[in-house]
Amino acid sequence: MSLVYLIPLLPFLGFAINGLAFPKLNKSIAGIIGTIPPLVAFALSLQLFLKFDGKAQIYTLAEWIKVGSLSIPFEFQVDQLSLLMLLIITGVGTLIHIYSMGYMSHDAGFGKFFAFLNLFVFFMLILVLGANFTVLFIGWEGVGLCSYLLIGFWNQKNSYGDAARKAFIMNRIGDLGFLVGIFLLIQNFNTTNYQSIFQSIASGNVPENVGLIAFCLFIGAMGKSAQIPLFTWLPDAMAGPTPVSALIHAATMVTAGIYMVIRANVIFELSPEVLHFVGWIGLATALLGAAIGLFQNDIKKVLAYSTVSQLGYMFMGLGASAYTASFFHVMTHAFFKALLFLGAGSVIHAMSDEQDIRKMGGLKSKMPITYFTFLLGTIAIAGIPPFAGFFSKDEILAHLYHHDFAMWCLAIVGSALTSFYMFRVFILTFFGDFRGTEEQAHHLHESPLSMTFPLMVLAVLSVIGGLINLPHFAGGNEFLAHWLAPILPEAGESAEVSFLTLEMGAPLLAAFVPAFLAIYLFGVKKSVPGADESISGIQKVIYHKFYIDELYDLIIVKPISILGNFCFQVFEFLVIDLIVEGIGRIVAYASTEFRRIQTGNVGYYIFVMVISITLILALSLRTWIL
Amino acid sequence: MQSIPEVLRTIPLTHYILFSSALFCIGILGVLTRRNAIIVFMAIELMLNAVNLLLAAFSSYYSDPAGQIFVFFIMAVAAAEVAVGLAIIVMIYRNIQSIDIGVLNKIKN
Repeated sequence: MSLVYLIPLLPFLGFAINGLAFPKLNKSIAGIIGTIPPLVAFALSLQLFLKFDGKAQIYTLAEWIKVGSLSIPFEFQVDQLSLLMLLIITGVGTLIHIYSMGYMSHDAGFGKFFAFLNLFVFFMLILVLGANFTVLFIGWEGVGLCSYLLIGFWNQKNSYGDAARKAFIMNRIGDLGFLVGIFLLIQNFNTTNYQSIFQSIASGNVPENVGLIAFCLFIGAMGKSAQIPLFTWLPDAMAGPTPVSALIHAATMVTAGIYMVIRANVIFELSPEVLHFVGWIGLATALLGAAIGLFQNDIKKVLAYSTVSQLGYMFMGLGASAYTASFFHVMTHAFFKALLFLGAGSVIHAMSDEQDIRKMGGLKSKMPITYFTFLLGTIAIAGIPPFAGFFSKDEILAHLYHHDFAMWCLAIVGSALTSFYMFRVFILTFFGDFRGTEEQAHHLHESPLSMTFPLMVLAVLSVIGGLINLPHFAGGNEFLAHWLAPILPEAGESAEVSFLTLEMGAPLLAAFVPAFLAIYLFGVKKSVPGADESISGIQKVIYHKFYIDELYDLIIVKPISILGNFCFQVFEFLVIDLIVEGIGRIVAYASTEFRRIQTGNVGYYIFVMVISITLILALSLRTWIL
Repeated sequence: MQSIPEVLRTIPLTHYILFSSALFCIGILGVLTRRNAIIVFMAIELMLNAVNLLLAAFSSYYSDPAGQIFVFFIMAVAAAEVAVGLAIIVMIYRNIQSIDIGVLNKIKN
């Protein structure tokens, strides 16, 4: 047994213990049992990472699916990409488990929460460790399930359950595309193993429908990573507890789509049209998410739309074949977005579950650690150097600049919007006067160490995370690019950026100017967004998320429910019931008629018997004679 | 001294068949029409004996002893059956003070 198997096994054990022992287990023990598996898994991943010799290792656990000539073993692959993902998942996961011990301490479902979190970590590890698309798909579905369970964690509230179902169903749409993609791969290559497929392609066996395969795979990524048109579940997913939002809906699960595209880069590289499509979908999502984020007043909703928007950036990078840059952004985004979500959670915790930023303000003095770490996260996501977000976003932008100028311009706009809405939230939350109730003001407190410790660690990572792929112009050696080089295509990885040019200046301008604008508007002029009714015009449209949910409701949900009602009320009664109940009625009627011949009189039975025997005898005599 | 089969053969086979059929029909009529369980029982015996007679007749006409062996078996089994059947009738009488088979229509429910 290799230690690799232990990495996913440990969280599963944690899930089993906590899941079976809930609710008998003491809270503090449940928290420790839940937190230790990801911590140990992190240590194991780190050890694997340090000992890694540059060659991808395959660990075959068992024969799994064997049909005809098709054989799909249950196998794990440890290589450059999965190692980094392992570190992110277990590392950020551990921090969020620690945070949850503080955040969920008053919740009755504490043990259940940790069981679900562990199950999520288990499936996420399966997802990134899988050596073929089928194993990846198990993890893919598993994290979807855990996402559903955790979004609807507080299932006493109907709307939360709806949000969970929405997330699950929207993901299913994407999953169907992904599944079709896998089937097409099996049809063309007779295997789903990454290395076999890529070697087959490298040896010149390029199927004709490679574009379709890439497109189907991308549909899967669209669902999981919340891209247009399947993005509306992610903001609703904020119904879940905040650590869940941080772990699943910001740092790890939603980046599974990007992971998958990077993993399948060989396939995507063969179809430039699909890559082009990926880029534009990413751009549209980035802009839409950022625009909606501008006017949201729910602190978690802003972060959710920001996540949608940042995921858009990652797909833009993929569209420009800038895989390293995209993965770099996945990493830094995991740090700063988890930080921001956890910071928001800390604020919500202190505000007694208030999420509206119009009712916050002036929390700076009451919550210094949360304030300072949130500030660092805001600076990182806004793209202000030398924080992590600057390097990763700038690398994507640099590639876009050489790839497609129009895309680059629009991406800069999105970047400016990001900077604006983040500083808006930051200022409204931590500066100015407190706008909440007396009771909330009285209750305000800094969160316990279990919550502030992960904040501090993530804040440090958000600050120095850029070092992992520091570009040459800043004196770095592009560690990540060299690290990932063996699994990525050769070309398109040389985007040298020089100072004091348009491509360097514009992103900086887009980061600083909106930030100052937001500080001026909300910090100096102290304007506070008005009540829901007072807004009008375009702002109202944006505030209501461009009415996209309503649009989907109108063109998809309503027709389906009308069809369902039609089937239920007409088809069901006229066709199904008629046939089924008709048969039943005939049998019932016939039996009531036939039971009359059973009189119960023995003499009558003997008489019938004699008559019958005589008849049979007569008939057989006839056949004998004839 | 004639052997028994020879004696049997002095009467034509048709007579045996007709006589047996008559006996059998009397038995059936008895079973169908009488209410008294003992008489029904006797009628059943009559039917059995009609069959026995026919078997013995055919046996001697075709010189095949198998028919006579069957007759012995039927007799032995009928004797056992009578023992059991009479015991049942006695039990029924003890329970309901009647051996009218009309009461047996209780099996309906």
